[in-house]
Amino acid sequence: MKKIEAIVKPFKLDDVKNALTKIGLQGMTITEVKGFGRQKGHTEVYRGAEYQIDFIPKIKIDLIVSDEMVPQVVEALQRAAKTGKIGDGKIFLSPVEEVIRIRTGERGKDAI
Amino acid sequence: MKVDTGDTTWLLISSALVMLMTPGLALFYGGMVRRKNVLGTIMQSFIALSVITVQWVLYGYSLAFGPDIGGIIGSLDWIGLRGVGLDPHPDYSPTVPHQAFMIFQMMFAVITPALITGAFAERFKFKTYLVFLILWATFVYDPLAHWVWGIGGWIKELGALDFAGGLVVHISSGIAALAATFAVGKRKGYGEEPMPPHNLTMTLLGAALLWFGWFGFNGGSAIASGSVATSAFVVTHISTASAALSWMIAEWLHRGNPTVLGAASGAVAGLVAITPASGFVGPLSAILTGLAAGVLCYSAIHLKTKLGYDDSLDVVGVHGVGGTWGALATGLFASKGINPAGNNGLFFGNPSLLGIQALTVLAAWIYTFVVTLIILKVLDWTMGLRVSEEHEVNGLDLSQHGEVGYSF
Repeated sequence: MKKIEAIVKPFKLDDVKNALTKIGLQGMTITEVKGFGRQKGHTEVYRGAEYQIDFIPKIKIDLIVSDEMVPQVVEALQRAAKTGKIGDGKIFLSPVEEVIRIRTGERGKDAI
Repeated sequence: MKVDTGDTTWLLISSALVMLMTPGLALFYGGMVRRKNVLGTIMQSFIALSVITVQWVLYGYSLAFGPDIGGIIGSLDWIGLRGVGLDPHPDYSPTVPHQAFMIFQMMFAVITPALITGAFAERFKFKTYLVFLILWATFVYDPLAHWVWGIGGWIKELGALDFAGGLVVHISSGIAALAATFAVGKRKGYGEEPMPPHNLTMTLLGAALLWFGWFGFNGGSAIASGSVATSAFVVTHISTASAALSWMIAEWLHRGNPTVLGAASGAVAGLVAITPASGFVGPLSAILTGLAAGVLCYSAIHLKTKLGYDDSLDVVGVHGVGGTWGALATGLFASKGINPAGNNGLFFGNPSLLGIQALTVLAAWIYTFVVTLIILKVLDWTMGLRVSEEHEVNGLDLSQHGEVGYSF
């Protein structure tokens, strides 16, 4: 099992969600986050006082998927979240040791 | 003298309109500070309603409008509103009960010191502020009001025109604000950390309430219902609309965005500028007064960044500069065709009025600056002007009032 963390542009969230449910994903967790990478922030000017806003809003999506699902999930994520402009985000993969469904006590792939 | 019910109605309604401007100002300023200071900022305006009301009744009205002493100040004959009754006053309010005139003027005395608070927002000690309110009203506002509006006041005798308080309200608060930025000093972190407004919807609502209340401020200053009140009301609206537009466009061309804060600020600049001129100028003059006010005040707010002083909410740039422009604009655009009791300005063949206006502006600048600075220095030595650094970081809401503005 793998954990997939994807940072995407907020306005792409619906496209990503639709692409992922289409390939059979049954759940996801999202968080509103702020950060910066190569896409710099922006400036705001209030009555002549200029403020550089470094942290820009992004959406972080957390997914736990079985190993065989990983390639198509990554592909779907990439396709749906891509605009081709700087700031489209990143996808991180990491191994997951165990998953437990609280209601039934199921473990592993069955609990995803 | 007989009480005119129409005039009285309009003056009482105007008093209520002007009263609403102080909470409006509280919202206008409250939205522009950081969220940790929203209550502290709102409170400085709101509590002026209480403090100045009591001061005005006890002796403030008497100092400002009581029987003249040497053109400088009113006597204490009307202390505790003694003799200020329900019959008209022959000079101030020939068709309206004297008390109606008194309460209308009270609302001006309330909002003027509240305007200054924008200059020292986010760092002033509340206890000291209460004392400052009383001292400033006593030594700056009341004398100035007497000079300009009191029977026998030297500026009134000179023939200067100030219909609704360009000098008494706006130049005085704007220049007091300048003195305050020197005496109080910058906010901690000013110029290094961002201090953006926390709620501009609140600021816009506040500006809208100011606009609304200003119809009473200027329209009511006719102290009668009728043609002069109508003229003042109409040009107030025209100047405000024009200035909101010109500030917005100036900022759009200069910085690339037509901002909401800019439109709101421009509206206030237009209101300030037309205040002394309303009642004396016509509609097209009001457009010019407003358009110029928006651009002038927009340019003026950039000065503080250049000069490095922290007039936090731009009281100098809007009220000082806008008020000064308004006083001079009165000297340019005033016309006896609008108000026979007024005078003609430069563009109507009388250059001398402009000189008188400039002279009185200078006098008000110097007097206000010096006396405000003295008051603040004395308070600094005795009570301290600023909250502690820790309290400033934590915010005025918690440190001065023990509560927070938002808990969602």
